[in-house]
Parts: sequence; structure tokens; C-alpha cells
Amino acid sequence: MANLDDLIGADNPLYEKRKGVYPKSVDGFFRRFKWAIMAVTLAIYYVTPWIRWDRGPHAPDQAVLVDLANRRFYMFNIEIWPHEFYYVAGLLVMAGIGLFLVTSAVGRAWCGYACPQTVWTDLFQHVDRFVDGDRNAQIRLEKAPWGPEKIFKRLAKWSIYLFIAFWTGGAWIMYFADAPTLTVDFWTGQAAPVAYATVGVLTATTFIFGGFMREQVCVYMCPWPRIQTAMMDEKSLIVTYREWRGEPRGSVKKAETQPGAFGDCIDCNQCVAVCPTGIDIREGPQIGCITCALCIDACDSVMEQIGRPRGLIDYLTLDDVATEKAGGTAHPTLKTLFRPRTLVYFGIWCLIGLAMLFTLGQRTRLDLTVQHDRNPLYVQLSDGSIRNNYTVKVRNMETRQREVELVVKGLPGAVAWTSTGTRETATDRVKVSVAPDTVQKVRLFVVAPTEGSARTDFEIQAVALTGNERGDSDSVRFERPETGQ
Amino acid sequence: MAKKPGDDTQRIDQPTGTAFVGHEWDGIEELNTPLPRWWLWTFYLTIIWALAYVIMYPAWPLVDSATKGMLGWTSRGQLAAEMQAADVKRAPLVNALAAIPVEQLVADQKLYQGAVAGGAAAFKVHCVQCHGSGAIGSKGYPNLNDDDWLWGGDIAAIHYTLTHGIRNPDHPETRVSAMPAFDGVLTPSEIASVVGHVQSLSGKAKPNAKGAELFATNCASCHGADGKGLREFGAPNLADGIWLYGGDKATLTETVKYSRQGVMPRWNDKLDAATIKMLAAYVYSLGGGEATPAAAAPAAAPATMEAKAANGQP
Repeated sequence: MANLDDLIGADNPLYEKRKGVYPKSVDGFFRRFKWAIMAVTLAIYYVTPWIRWDRGPHAPDQAVLVDLANRRFYMFNIEIWPHEFYYVAGLLVMAGIGLFLVTSAVGRAWCGYACPQTVWTDLFQHVDRFVDGDRNAQIRLEKAPWGPEKIFKRLAKWSIYLFIAFWTGGAWIMYFADAPTLTVDFWTGQAAPVAYATVGVLTATTFIFGGFMREQVCVYMCPWPRIQTAMMDEKSLIVTYREWRGEPRGSVKKAETQPGAFGDCIDCNQCVAVCPTGIDIREGPQIGCITCALCIDACDSVMEQIGRPRGLIDYLTLDDVATEKAGGTAHPTLKTLFRPRTLVYFGIWCLIGLAMLFTLGQRTRLDLTVQHDRNPLYVQLSDGSIRNNYTVKVRNMETRQREVELVVKGLPGAVAWTSTGTRETATDRVKVSVAPDTVQKVRLFVVAPTEGSARTDFEIQAVALTGNERGDSDSVRFERPETGQ
Repeated sequence: MAKKPGDDTQRIDQPTGTAFVGHEWDGIEELNTPLPRWWLWTFYLTIIWALAYVIMYPAWPLVDSATKGMLGWTSRGQLAAEMQAADVKRAPLVNALAAIPVEQLVADQKLYQGAVAGGAAAFKVHCVQCHGSGAIGSKGYPNLNDDDWLWGGDIAAIHYTLTHGIRNPDHPETRVSAMPAFDGVLTPSEIASVVGHVQSLSGKAKPNAKGAELFATNCASCHGADGKGLREFGAPNLADGIWLYGGDKATLTETVKYSRQGVMPRWNDKLDAATIKMLAAYVYSLGGGEATPAAAAPAAAPATMEAKAANGQP
């Protein structure tokens, strides 16, 4: 790479060279919390596709499955059909409002703990420590010339990166097909090309984004930090340096010799050393800060060692910063979480969730939509009666064959038949057999006498003949010529 | 006024510690905050990609063509490949259609549905010019949705009409019939009487004794004594509510005077057998199709008409 630098010019103002970030390992409350979140999110990601769920012979046995080929989405005992996509939309809206809620309450907690980029970057930084050693060893190795040790360590590290990246991509495709079958197919070369392509792309992006670009993704590529800034206000909890307590900085020794002249910050730089994005929190809130609070852990442990109070760096609202500066005391953390804004978000979030649960409980598993053919709008038959054609879609969303009767209601003298019958056998109800878990498209011919208003609204009902569960109905229009011939 | 660049690039903005680039507009100065290095590399990579693209694919317009590109790709070639792929995909349907007699097509629901879909597409290309996009026809061009058929409405009859056409002068198997032009044969007042009688058949005029007599001698041999038509000759049912050219006095007078000789092309010289079967299936599926008779199509025609008569006229 050095050659390329010479070519473009190392001090060329066209670009900024990435400053290496070698976060030091740290222990503390937030670090352990981050471990827990990482374990839970990764476990959910890798394990979910392998949970089995018995749905009978006509549906897959995978608990969570996005079946794109058959256009079904399975989530435990909920099965979503394409026309019910509003449930997915509802989930997305809930996720959005959830993000508003979390951000307005605790700032960029998503960035700090749950974002995949954060989780995998954290994982890869642990790999760095495992192979290269902690911060100082990493810096030393980076500066060292290429030799057997460096080559070996780099190869080892990148191999582990690649292994993790591959598993990440591999787990993703498991959500889209039966996981055990797909695993076998994948290794025997029989999986769909899109499966290999997806694994390839996700392996590459995980390898590059998690292994090499890391905080560059957060700072330059990700839109969230910019949007989240707008979601926060002065009452949101963010990671803050109590600069009125810390400044001016001075070492422990200096502070002993000149009592009162220095603040609590001893400029040990531990907060910078542990930061996964390489920023200095003492410069104030900034876009690179993902509020993971590892600097709080680092600073607290230093404060404890030198016998000063914890909390020089702390989760604090901007309001409380002003209050403390003026000599007051900050609100208790819990109290900052409950305020009108967060409560409104939480209320909306709950309302949408409850509404979705309610409709989920109310939805029918036999659904009907009727479309009036527009071309022609009506057909005059040789005996003078008028025929209208309808395209009826009967959705049997249960995993058993069902006999359904389509009933014409509210159109005097009307009879109907489908493409499998004839007019001679037509009555006001037509039987249709619908296979399990399918949409049956039926062309319905409805004949009514010429006499009648030019437009009559009537209903086509789907009545399930097997079982006594609710059917569905759709209101349509019968068209006649404006003036009878 | 913008300062000349290079004036004070060494000057440092104190709050951010960043150098100025030397541009200033209305007191707003530009700081040097360069792109990250990988971004610049990505930019160079896109340039390389673009160059490669120009070399591999047709790119530069010349006087009457363009550079060919190393891969030899053309949009026409791609289209041909896609058409070929579509043909391969369609092959099972086409082969199955070729193997099945058209009378049995409706019974094979799966094949029938496939044929209807294919026929709908073919109809949009070959038939809409005369019969309209909804197959609803227009004056002189039959509505294919209704239950009135000049030559028969079971799938075999429709298939025959599609294959051989109607009144194709160079084709021996075409459906052909000729209604005489009565201009000069009958006097204008006689023609008016016949028209009156024809209108009375569907209840649009009072019965007319003179017209009935003239109809019996001149028209009944093809249209039947009761005017209900005869399919062997494609003679229309004059007693129903459907008129191909119109049922008003002026139109009927013109029809009797000069006759009508509608022509439909035969499609067996333009379309392959499978497509014609698809079209037959589609037309049959429009709702007016009749049950396939056990015997040959023309023999069954009167029986169907009786069934129609049983339905009752308005």
C-alpha cells in the first residue's frame, strides 16, 4: 500500500488516511452488558432458523421462514400471506417508533449495542485481541516490518475473519429455505445459485465492513447517526464528559502538589484507548460516538484506583449537564426515562402492537376478492339477458382441502356458473374445491335478466362447507346497458 | 469575492484544528475535510470499471454502427437468447397441446388453463384488430363473449373457424356461404316487407303477412321457417337479440338489398397448430362456449339451437 501512497502522495489533501483504532480491552458494567447483548443477538441470529415447528403435511416445519418462492412468511404459529403484508409493514412501523423511543430515552443505544455493524465489529476486535494481543501489542505489530510472525498472525486473523464472515452469510440464507435441507444442498452443490451468491456477498461485506472498515461505516456510510441526532433532545441520556469536574487536567502528582488547581481528569487517555471508534469523548458529543459507554467503564476503574468519585464520564442528559454546571444535582436516571415524549412514543408503539394482535386474532382463513371484468363490462346474450364476468380469488389459508360455496346475493333472478360448469346447470350458488394453502382463481359468469337498473350492487359470499368457521364476502357491481334493447 | 486558492492553506481553523482551503464566500470559509482514502479508491475503481465496460461492451457510436465490444454482446442477441429460452420453457405446453385432440382439451383442466393463458396473449397480437381487446367485436365483427354463434360455439367448431377462416377465396376448406343480394330480385316495397317480418321475429315490429310469405319463399331455406338460422350455412338466428350488423330498419334493408359477406383470415398459414389451439381455448373460455357434442359439430347444431329455444326468447 505504501507504493500507492507515494503515487497519490501521502500528504495529498484529496483524501484522509484512516487512523488505526486499536481499542484496549476493558471490564465493567457496560462491557458486560455489551457482552450479554452480543451473545443474545448472535444466538438469535444463528439459532432461529433451526427451530422446528410442526404445521402438518402441507406447510414447512421451520418456525421462522421467509418462503419467497411460495410467497409465504411463517413465524411460529402465524402464517402471513402476501395480501397480509401490512403485518410486516406494521412491524416495520413498530421498529421505527421503537427506535424513536429508545433514541429519545437513551440516545444512540441501538448504535452502541444492537447494530449488526457494532456487534460484528466488536466480535472482530476480540479476534484482534485473541491473535495479536491487546492494544499495545496490536500497535507494535502494525508498525513492525513484515516478517514470519506478522505474516502468520495476519493470515491467522484474516482466516478467522473469513470464517466468521462465511458463517454470517451462511446463517442468513437459512431463513429463506428449510435449514437442514439447505445445508446439505449447499455443501453438495445443489442449492440455488442465489443462495451461493447471497453467501458470497454477505461473506464479502462482513469481512470488509467488520474486519477493515469498522468505524468508517458508522461515520461515513451510515445514515442513522445523522437521523438519530434529530431524534434526540436535551433530555436524552448520552455519554458525557463532566468537563467542569475534569478540567483542567493534571496528573495525580501535580494535583497533590497544587491542591485545587486541577480537575479530576488525570489525562490518562484510557477513555480514548478503549473507544471502538477511536474518538475522544472529552471533546464533547460527536458523530463518531456510538454511546457504547466503554469509556465510562475505563474511566470509572481509573477513578476507583486513584480514589476519586466515579462518573467523570457518565450517561447524562444535556439538561443535567447545565444543571450540574450551575451547581445543582442531576435527575435520577430512571426519572429521565419517563417524560411526555417517551411516553407518547411508547403509547403509539403499544397501540400499533395491540391493533396488530387484535387483527391477527380476528382474521379469517378463508378470504375472497372479486374483480369485475372491465372489458367487456357486460355481455348481451341471445335471449336478451345480460351476463357479467368476474374474476374471483378464493384464498384457502388453512392446510387442508376445503369445499367452498360461492353464493350470489342481492341480485334478483341471477344465476352463476364457473368455467367448469355451463349455463344449463347454473344456480345462485357455485361449489368450488380449494386445495390446501392455495389461492383458487375462478372465473364466475353471472347472468341476470335485462330488466333492472343499469348498475346494481350485490354481494358474492364465500361459505365454507367444511367446518363452521367464518367465510368472507365481497361487494361487486352488476352492469347492464343504459337502455334495454 | 472568492479569494485566490493557495493564499492561506497553511492557516488553521482553531476550534477544529483543520486547515483552510482558501475559498471564501460572503464570510463563509471552506475547511479542508477530505474524503477517507477508501472512498477515493472506490472512485478510482469506478473509473477502471467504466473503462473496462467501454472495452467489453458496445460503447462508442460510429457513423453507421458502434464499437462492437470484446464480449460480442448485443441487445438483439440477448433478445434472441431470451426468446429461445422462453420457447424452451413453453415447449412442454406446446407439445402437450399438439398431442391432444381439441375436443378433449377442456377436460384436461390444467392444460386447458395453460392454453387459455397462451391464447389470451396470442389474441392480443392477432385478433384484437377486428374483435377488439375484450373480444367484444363491433359492427360486422362478432362479439366472441356472447352465446350466439354463426358456425358453432363448441371448441371444435371454434378451432375449425380459426384454422380455415371464413370466405377465404383460395382455400377449399374454408367456411363459406353466400347470401343473395335481393336488390333487383325483390322490389323496394317487398324488401321493406321482408325487413318488417324479420324485425317481428324478435318482437321489434308487428307481424307482417306479406313479409312472412316472401320470407318463406326467399329466406327460409337458409334461415329456417322460424328465422332461427342454420349453422351449416352460417346463417344467423334472426329471432334473437343479437345483430352482427344491426337490427334497425335501415341496416336490415341494406343487408337484404346487398347481402353481407364478412371475411376472416385462415390462421393455419400464419400460426402454428399449438397457437391456434390456444386461441380456440381462449375464445371458448370467454363464457359463450358451448358443450362439445358427441358427434360431429355441424350435426349437433340444431340440437343446440333447440336447447337455446328452450331457454326462451325475450
